[in-house]
Amino acid sequence: MSEISMPLCWRRETKPHQFCPGCGHGLILKALGMAVDRLQIADKVLFGCDIGCSLLAWDFFNLDTVRTHHGRTVPLIVGAKRVRPELVGIAYMGDGGAYAIGAQHLVNATMRNDKVMVVIVNNTTYAMTGGQLAPTTLPGQKTETSPAGRRTEREGFPLRGPEMLAAIAPPGSYVARGSVSRVRRLARLLEKGLENQLQGRGISVVEALSTCPTNWRTNAEDTWKFLEKEMTDYFPLGEFVSPHDRAGGAPKVNGNSRKGGG
Amino acid sequence: MSGKSLKEKKEEKVYPRPVSGEKRVYMSGNEVVAWAALACGAEFLCGYPITPQNEIMHFWSRLAPRYGRKFLQTEDELSAGFAALGGIMAGARCFSATAGPGTVLFQEPLAMAEMMRLPLVLVVQQRGGPSTATVVYSQQEVFLTSFGGNGEGLRVVYAPGSHQEMYDYTIKAFTTAWQYRFPTLVLGDGYQAQMKEALTIYDPPARGLEAAPAFPLVGAAGLPGVDREPAHWRNTFSVEEELFDALQPLIIDYYSAVPFLTEKETGFLEGAALVVVAHGIVGRAARAAVGELREKGFPVGFFRPLTLRPFPDEDLRKITAAGPRLLVVESAWGQLNKLVRMALGGTGAGRAEIYTYLRPGLGITAAEIVQEAENIFRGYAEQEAGEGNNV
Amino acid sequence: MALEKRIALGGEGGQGVQSAADILAQAAFEEGREVLYIPNFGIEQRGGVSLAFVQIGEKPIGSPKFKQADLIVALSVRSLERLEPYTGAESTILYDSSLLAPPEVADAVVGRQVYNTHAPEAFAERQLTDQKQAIPEITTGVKHMLGLPAGEIAQNQLHPRVSNIVILGALARLTEAVQLNSLEKALLKRLASKLERDPALKPLNLKALRLGWETLHQQVSV
Repeated sequence: MSEISMPLCWRRETKPHQFCPGCGHGLILKALGMAVDRLQIADKVLFGCDIGCSLLAWDFFNLDTVRTHHGRTVPLIVGAKRVRPELVGIAYMGDGGAYAIGAQHLVNATMRNDKVMVVIVNNTTYAMTGGQLAPTTLPGQKTETSPAGRRTEREGFPLRGPEMLAAIAPPGSYVARGSVSRVRRLARLLEKGLENQLQGRGISVVEALSTCPTNWRTNAEDTWKFLEKEMTDYFPLGEFVSPHDRAGGAPKVNGNSRKGGG
Repeated sequence: MSGKSLKEKKEEKVYPRPVSGEKRVYMSGNEVVAWAALACGAEFLCGYPITPQNEIMHFWSRLAPRYGRKFLQTEDELSAGFAALGGIMAGARCFSATAGPGTVLFQEPLAMAEMMRLPLVLVVQQRGGPSTATVVYSQQEVFLTSFGGNGEGLRVVYAPGSHQEMYDYTIKAFTTAWQYRFPTLVLGDGYQAQMKEALTIYDPPARGLEAAPAFPLVGAAGLPGVDREPAHWRNTFSVEEELFDALQPLIIDYYSAVPFLTEKETGFLEGAALVVVAHGIVGRAARAAVGELREKGFPVGFFRPLTLRPFPDEDLRKITAAGPRLLVVESAWGQLNKLVRMALGGTGAGRAEIYTYLRPGLGITAAEIVQEAENIFRGYAEQEAGEGNNV
Repeated sequence: MALEKRIALGGEGGQGVQSAADILAQAAFEEGREVLYIPNFGIEQRGGVSLAFVQIGEKPIGSPKFKQADLIVALSVRSLERLEPYTGAESTILYDSSLLAPPEVADAVVGRQVYNTHAPEAFAERQLTDQKQAIPEITTGVKHMLGLPAGEIAQNQLHPRVSNIVILGALARLTEAVQLNSLEKALLKRLASKLERDPALKPLNLKALRLGWETLHQQVSV
């Protein structure tokens, strides 16, 4: 696939898209589009997008789409899926919706092993609202509400979402973390997540490390450095195995932060 | 394609009708709601436990599998509401039930249902407020159910006053919701939830009550973008004009439906010098009180709104135009009274003098209403006598 | 009968107050009367006292609660204290003159927010004690004060668990609102799942009902 080609399920009428220059959303949605194309499920997908920058994906695809907010995208997609199991449910949201205001939904959907896929965009900040502290903001990272940098004694440490979910994920679940720095690998993780749902095995949660030069206030070089070095050091890439699927143990990182990419 | 396959799947197993023929039964209000929802074809209950509505879920989760219906206990009321909305978008009649703090959380899904015209049905069994207050009873969720969201209150709120009405209006709520596509609520209370009395349950189609058809809003047949346009549902707009334009049809649709939606019960209005206004369970105490007062010779009438939202404004204005005073009775500190004042405001009928008997969180008996009305009449007699002396 | 009967029942959690009230209302329903039964719930459950309110009439019932009861039925001293506000000059009080000390109530019952309408009689495996407690003084004055040693009758002739059914038989007859056979029918319906598990309970309960129905009637005429 050449760099300029679009996935078939992208909606050409709404391109160029509305994300900021250097934003990772376009790459994640490209990876997702590639996965949907490869599995030929565009006629079955219900794509829910949460409020925040994720919301701009509402008319991004030639897929049936619904918008909601505050992490409620998860229960909304769960409800649709329970009524029509033949649908392929995708809940697309940021780290705030997933890990803060809607955390209970993600945790409980994982516990119930609902047959949906949740895609979480981790860009370490609340981007649409102007760059505030997020559950994923790195120690020392400056945001509008942590102007002196995240102080772990006050704001705690950033949440490693997939690791947390893997610890409670039931058998048949699929939990992984990819990055926009490795789009093809990310597409593969998303495809595996969708396959997991298509096989009726359980919930799929894929976190994608993403970039936000607008709120990070970084140039291209620093943006890439922050993603590849600082974020990836704290948030290792790979697939996570639930304790149920691995005898005798705590969740373990399969991939390596440096070598897991594709 | 996918819609069809669902239909095919459904046809694999034929489930019995939950209610056949007409049956006189004695049961609790929560059980009534479960049977009504089953009878009118509700397919999916998403709920979170909160007293005093829990038995709706208890009965539903036992009965639903027998009739091919679904249940999901969620992590909170937000999730219950949004899961129900997801189910509705997928084409199923979905509902939930809640109370008190749960009704507060339900404002989020209700507001989204208003914005997207999603036919969410919610049964509320009011408990005491504010906050967690009591699990027993109140009529303090009138404003919350009618106007609770960050919007224009584009909802329908039915206020049944007996188990029979609880059955009838739960069924009707699904029809109204799917026909008009506004979220529709059935506002009961802890008394109605827990008490047992007699009613007649029936199969709605056998009485000619055909349910408004449910239809999917997503997942239609064909490849989106090729065979059909994709369904893109939005609740966020970029600029204020865009929102204003999007709201116009909603508001117009809602207010043009108002004359078809409002319902009320009246009695003894002829020659009434005082009209008792009450809703829900207090309405039946009011009805009994008015009957008793009439027997005693007091010219008292009775007005009970069956829809709190939209409120039967016109009907009340017609009554007050004849000049009676009103006595608003409720187990809240003036929530129904505010609706009454809104209904009368600015029409000239606003001259109606309004007395209130307000007991937030407390049950009200017919005897209390009789007493209150007699006091009002006594006060008038004394006032008139006083004026006479002055002449 | 009078146009409307208002009955307030009270006892310790586990004494079967709710099932007695429910069976009475169900029986009146079977006879085509208007009925309304409401269990106490909420923090009234605190301390293990359980109250129930039943109204039986020919016309539709108004509000579920009422100010004054025609008949007050108390299975324990504490519940009689709680029922006092519902007494008036026209009230008849029926109490268990065995006056049991409050039974041990399982932790599972105490503190439950809602009094489930299926009363947990099984929690009240209790024995009579010698320590009868004094009946609290009713200050409002009542029409009749009737004692029935339901606990003793149940324990001596049947089983302590069915004392609520003995009381039910007696109070139902006092209301003059139901026939014994519809009461029996309602009882069998209400206890169906229990009777299915333990068929021996059926004759036991029916006997208890009949004993209550007859014993008090022989003692007093109201």
